[in-house]
This record gives sequence, structure tokens and C-alpha cells, in this order.
Amino acid sequence: MPELVRRVLRRLPWRDVLVTALAFVLAFLVGAVLMVVSDPEVIGQYAYLFTAPQLPLGASWEKVSSAYAALVAGSVGGWVPLTETTAQAAPLICAGLGVGLAFRAGLFNIGAQGQAVVGAMASAWVGFTWHLPPGLHLLVAVTFGMLAGAVWGGIAGVLKARAGAHEVIVTIMLNYIATGLLAFALTTTAFQRPGRADPISPVVDWNATMPRLEGSRLHLGFVLALAAAVLVWFLMERSVAGFTIKSVGLNPHAARTAGMSVSSSTVLAMLIAGALAGLAGVQAALGPNVSGTPTPLSGGLVGSIGFDAITVALLGRSRPLGTVLAGLLFGALHAGGLAMQSQAQTSAELTTVLQALIVLFVAAPALVTTVVPFLKARRAPLTGTTPTGGLSS
Amino acid sequence: MTSSSASPPGGDVAGTDAGAGVLRLDRITKVFGSLVANDAVSLDLRPGEIHCLLGENGAGKSTLMNQLYGLLQPDGGEILLDGAPVRFANPRQAIDAGIGMVHQHFMLVDVFSVAENIVLGREPGRGGVLDLRAARQLVREMSERYRLEVDPDARVEDLPIGVQQRVEILKALSNDARFLVFDEPTAVLTPQETDELIEVMRALRDEGRAIVFITHKLREVRAIADRITVIRRGRVVGEAAPSASESELAEMMVGRAVSLKVDKTPAQVAGARLEVEHLTVTSPDGVVVVDDVDLQVAGGEILCVAGVQGNGQSELAEALLGVVPASRGRIRLDGTDLSRATPRRRLRAGMGFVPEDRKYDGFVGSFTVAENLVLNHVDAFADRGLLRLGDIRSHAETLTEQFDVRTQSVETPVASLSGGNQQKVVLARELSRPLSLLIASQPTRGVDVGAIEFLHQRIVEERDKGTAVLIVSTELDEVSALADRIAVMYRGRVVGVVDADTSREVLGLMMAGVPHEEAVRSASVTTVAEEEQKLEAEVAEHVADLQGPGTGERRA
Repeated sequence: MPELVRRVLRRLPWRDVLVTALAFVLAFLVGAVLMVVSDPEVIGQYAYLFTAPQLPLGASWEKVSSAYAALVAGSVGGWVPLTETTAQAAPLICAGLGVGLAFRAGLFNIGAQGQAVVGAMASAWVGFTWHLPPGLHLLVAVTFGMLAGAVWGGIAGVLKARAGAHEVIVTIMLNYIATGLLAFALTTTAFQRPGRADPISPVVDWNATMPRLEGSRLHLGFVLALAAAVLVWFLMERSVAGFTIKSVGLNPHAARTAGMSVSSSTVLAMLIAGALAGLAGVQAALGPNVSGTPTPLSGGLVGSIGFDAITVALLGRSRPLGTVLAGLLFGALHAGGLAMQSQAQTSAELTTVLQALIVLFVAAPALVTTVVPFLKARRAPLTGTTPTGGLSS
Repeated sequence: MTSSSASPPGGDVAGTDAGAGVLRLDRITKVFGSLVANDAVSLDLRPGEIHCLLGENGAGKSTLMNQLYGLLQPDGGEILLDGAPVRFANPRQAIDAGIGMVHQHFMLVDVFSVAENIVLGREPGRGGVLDLRAARQLVREMSERYRLEVDPDARVEDLPIGVQQRVEILKALSNDARFLVFDEPTAVLTPQETDELIEVMRALRDEGRAIVFITHKLREVRAIADRITVIRRGRVVGEAAPSASESELAEMMVGRAVSLKVDKTPAQVAGARLEVEHLTVTSPDGVVVVDDVDLQVAGGEILCVAGVQGNGQSELAEALLGVVPASRGRIRLDGTDLSRATPRRRLRAGMGFVPEDRKYDGFVGSFTVAENLVLNHVDAFADRGLLRLGDIRSHAETLTEQFDVRTQSVETPVASLSGGNQQKVVLARELSRPLSLLIASQPTRGVDVGAIEFLHQRIVEERDKGTAVLIVSTELDEVSALADRIAVMYRGRVVGVVDADTSREVLGLMMAGVPHEEAVRSASVTTVAEEEQKLEAEVAEHVADLQGPGTGERRA
């Protein structure tokens, strides 16, 4: 086993890790400046910058350190915050795997949002409409959710393969359709909770709720996300299908000349990507919230999981392990952001800014390496390990 | 010396003492990362001399000339003009100093007229108004003076390649170039166009200009060089006399004895394996690129498809594999009709395919050597859809050994291999499968002489196994080395199918669209043997001319 660990460590893209870490530091620095600037009390102290510099600097430090302390405490400061992180991370990982897999097939799948929405709809509907025995009910609900996502992704795949429609346009449109479909469905008797005037669904059966570890937020969804990551890795690295998908993604001309079918690879990749994003929606619909039961389906249930997934996949370089790590990171930011808001009176939106900054710095490694001169000096011997994947592929 | 006394200073300087008018590259060194592209290379360019720079692909010829032309700056050494050191920060300065370059890939604006192209960069006119009449007049005067016929008003994209090259030459001459560099000028020309170019180069030399002729084609060198410098791996390995034989030159170039002729017994022809009837391919914009082609290739023979680049050969090869759809016609392999089959089915039926641009569709660059070696038959290395990584690896280890692929390991990405080794990977992949038909387009493009020999040998071995082999090549050297029969293509049609023993002169005429019988009638020699004799006679004459009193007069 230690030999395996050493091999994995050796094969990690250390340059990527370093760039990502630096992106972090930079993002947090910019975030600190934003916090200071946006707080009128703290910025007021800056009138004394030259007469009593300890006042503004002290206030700034106070503000920034308490906010970041809350962020850390809320995400990794103990067992319950940690499980909150896993709960937030699980759907991001699933959808991120879907986006990443499509990237590697040469497709820019912006449709994870729509795929997650239909996944959530299908699984929630099975969850509150049918009443099946324990175990089976959950299994059926998850399967329907993933199938719905696969269909939604598959539509884009088929349109691309058969008609040459660009997947970016098609998936954006499918996102609108999915969101509209959900809003409409919640006004129909099939979805709307009896006796309610607002668009909200009944609560999902207990039999279809993902089991959780009592007293924490660690539920089955996180285990499914990790399992999905392993499966995706296996598919891409060990199967003929993955070999084909990667070939088509990296060089469609060579793939075609080698007798591979670019269109079936496109459809297959979009089906799998859709199923994975659908699984993210399933977790939103069937995963228990703090109270222990799933949040009922509503217009905003899925949030922006599908869009965050794009950044997760980018940050994770479209690789399963990278996506898991990036998903955990964003999950931690989400979880910590909630704590930051309640404990340090700092807007949780700041974590969204932090995420965006991190991705910005990662997506522009050239910027980071220019900002930090010591990396630049080491760049020459490291060029051989320039990462592939992500948007560039 | 003709009317040149009017303007180029080179013509006048040539008459004075030895040091003047000479451009000397003195111990030029250029380093890219860990690669020493030029290692203390010294070279003299003298007026009235054709200096051949001979070397393989990647030997550093173009790097050297790019430094002379101001596109690159030397890391060491200096350039001396008339004995004084000069520095060219950009091509403009080099042009002003009298250096002209005829690039391998023409630097012309396709949609501009000839006249516009020639004055591009120093347009005549006043107050920002282009004086096209002056430009046209200039082109007419020059094309008359140098007997390089071109229409000043023709659009460059409408001109044949050979004429486009003339425009490039005129452009360099219009800048009063005393030193003219021709970078692989014959790569794109038919044999007849090559002969015409050689005449032009001779005329320019006789006018007192210094010519640098960069090439890797040995027979051209011997016909026109006054001096030959051979470069290998960035170093000058020596000078050779034009009287040196082709194999002596090849040995200097490669560093070891190479056989230029492929060892090949007469073909043991079996029945026809590939039968093509009325094959027609129409490009997406409606142009018929392959026009009603009929071909048969028998087992145990090599059929070479010769022709100038862009006459439908590439599309023919792609249509045979099925990556380009045929609009009409039938393709049968061993009696099975494959006209409508997918590339996958054709590969399974025993087609091997070496594409003409390996980077484009020959391999996946960021895949490893091992992965690329199974790219088109990965199913043979999988059980129920799962890859047998161990088998893929050992398959790769066997093949890299057999084909002498120089790579750190089979896990190295193919993109980081040299061109020759990449080509070996592609060929190894195809030849490792049982084939009934091998289609190879430009199988040795960009590959060095040593590897060419090896790859040709492999292709002949495949033929001897009874495989039908179809080679598409624009290099007549390759065609004559490999072919048992030659099909010549012109504008999508097969002009004729002829014996391997057909002279270049006849092939060249056919490549320009002249039917076989007519070509034989108008050619001075019709067989390879006669042509060899003629070439030897020409070289002998050329050598005698160099040693005789004529040379002295020209330089004095």
C-alpha cells in the first residue's frame, strides 16, 4: 500500500497543486480587501491612517480575521461542520464529474444545471408519488433521477452528433427549458402539495430519503459521489469506451481515421455526463437537510449547482480526483460561508466572490505565475508538465 | 553580365578584389533550450556562385538562413558583409543589405495581384495613394530582364505553384538582392518546373549574384552546385565537390553509409485485391476532386500514385478508407464490396492506413506511444470492453523494439517524439496488424534519410507478404524507389498507369496532364536508365565547366 501511495503522490501534477494553492492565497487576499472596503465602520477608521495607524489596521485585522475564522470553523472546525462540507460537496462533485467528462470528450457541457433540475424533478416525483418498500424506493428514485438527467444530456448529444448543433447553445436552451418546466410542474396537481397555493411539492417519503449518519449531515449522497468518481476514473482509464471518448476529445480527426465513431462517442459522453449531473439533482431532492428530511421540491432547490460544477470541473482539471478535491473545496466554502454570515456578519456572497476569484486565478495560471515571481523563475524546467484538460482540451 | 549593370551593386562589386561582395557567416551558433541548432557554422557566399546547403530535415539549415535573414538572432558568431560585421534585427534590415529569400512556404498575399505582391512593403506612390501603374511597369521590366514570365495583373491564388514561386523570386530581385536564398524551392515543383527553376538560378548566378540553394535532394545538388556544404546536426561536416556521387553525399549527410536504392526483388503479383471503379469524390463546396478513377492493386505489388500536391491523391486515399464520402463508384477489397462501409469496417477488413499528415489524423498527440500503437484496433486488446493494459504495454514494447522507435518509454506522449519516430509509430501500428491492403500517403514526409531507408524496407516486406500496397507520394525519389507500377494523377483523374521504369521526364509531363503516349513522344528520354546516363553526362559537363577556364573568366 505505501508503494501505491508513493506512486500516486509522484504522479500528482505538483505544478497544478502549487498554482491552485497560490490562487487560493491571492483570492483570500483580494477577499480581505473587499471585506475591509465594504464595511463602512472599518473604512471609516482609515481617516486616522496617518495619525493613528493602529486604529484602521487593527479594525481591518479584526474584521478579516473574524470572518475567515468563522469560514474555517464552519467548514472544517469539527465533526458537524465537516459533514456539512461533505453534504455541500456531494452534488458539486457529481455534476463536476459530468462536466469534466464532457470536457474530455471535447464538449463544453454548460447544461449540468438543466440536467440536475430534471434529475431532481424525476427523483422527487418518484419519492413523493410512489410508495415503495424501504431500499427499493430509494433505488428507484435515484435511478429515475439519473435517467432523466441522461435523457436531458442525451438530447444535446444527439443534436450535436446528428445535426451538428453546437452543444453550448443547445445546453443553454435546455437549461431554460428545464427551469421553466419545473416552475410549470409545481403548479400542476402532479407536483404541487395539496392545499398549498405556492409552488412547492409534498415532502418525499422517508423510504426514498437518503440515509444519514445520525446527528450529522453526512448522508448517502457523499458516498455515491465518491463511488461515481471511482467509476468515472475506471471508465476513462480502463475501458474501451473511455479510450474512445478521450481520443475523440483530444483529436477527433485521428479518432475518425482510426475507425471510431465521433457521433456515438459524443452521444455516449453526453448521456453519462447528464446522468452524473442528474445524480447531483437527486441529492438535492432526496438528501436530508439539517432537520433530517429532504427539502421539498421548489423552484430554487437545485440552486446553482450546475453552474458551480463548471468551475469545479475547471479547477479539478476534468480529472476525477481533481474534481473530488475541488468539489470538497467549494463545499467547504459554501458551508463556511453560511457560518461566516451568521457569526461574523459578513455576507455569504463573499464566498461566491472567493470561488470566482480562485477559478479566475486558476484559469489564468499565467497571471498567477507572473504575480508570483519565484514560480516564474522555475517555470522553464517545469513546462513539460503543463496540464492538459479543462477548457483547453 | 547582361543589363544588370543598371542597378544591383552586386554586379559591380563582383569584379573587384576577393574579399568584397562576400557575405560570410562566421562561427554562427544558435541554441534553443538544450538543443544546439547551429554549432559554430561558417559559410561564405560569393558573387557568381551557387552554394548548396545540404542536410537532412532538422539539421539546422533553415535556422541558419533565418539568422541571415534577420528572423532569428545568433547566440554566437557574427555575420560579415564585405569584411565588416553586420547585425540584422529584422528582415527589413537584411533586405536593405541585399539579402533576398525565397521561402519554402510562399510569403505572398493570395488575393492580391502579382504587382501588388511585389511592391508589398515598399509601395510606390505619393500621399498614401498606391501607384499601381508604376508597380505594373516594374513587374513587366523585371520579368523581361530576368526572363521570368508573369502577368502583373493575375491574382496570386489563380497561379500555378511554379509561377507563384517566380513571383517570390521577382519580389526578392525587386529589392536588389545580391544574395538570394532558396529554401527547399523544388519541394512543390514538377520535374519540368524544377528544370526551369534551375535555369533561372543559373542565369542569376551568371549575373553575379550569390545563390544559396537549400535542399535535401541529392540529384538536384549535383546538377547545379558550384560548391556544396553539408550540415549534420547543426554542424558543418564538410564541403563536397559536385563530382561527388549521390551515395557519397548521402553518407556525409546522414553520417553513415545508406543505401539509396531499396532492396527489392521483382513483384510476385497475385490476383487483384483492391478494385476501384468509377470512384468519384466531390468536396463539400461542390468541386469534383477525384474524377472517375479506376484502379486495381494486386497482392504483392506496390502501386504508387504520383502527382503534384493537390491533384486529388489525398482525397483518393481518404475515400478508400471511407473518411471522405465517395459520391459515386465502387470499392472492393478481396471481392467484398466496401463502397458504403464505415472506416471501422474497412479497417477490420484489413485496410491499413498511413495518413499524409500524421499530426492531423495519424495519432493523438497527448496519448502515449503505447496507446497510439493500438489506436485503431483497441478492441483486440480488450475483454468485454475493458482494456488489457499489460498487453497494450507489451505490444508497444515489442513494436518499439522492432521498429527502432527512439522513445524514453512506451508511456511517453507521442507528441514529444521526433517526426521520424512519430512516423515509425504510425507505420508500426499499421504493419502490426494482418493487412490485405496498405494505403500510405507520403509515408516518409519529414522523415530523415536514415529512417526513410528503414521505412521503405518495411513497406517492401509488407508487399512480399502478399499485401496489396498503394503509396501516394509527391516525391519522385520515393516513387521510383518503391513502385512496381505508377499511376499519375492530374486534376482528380488518373492520366495513366505506367511501368516503374518510366523516366522522370515522362512522369513530369504526365503530372502536368499530358497523356502517356504524347509524353513519351515529346520526352528526350523515356526510361530510368537513359535518364541516369543523361544526368551523369550533365554532371560531368558541369564539373568540367567548373574546373575549366570558363569559371575563371566569370569570376575575374
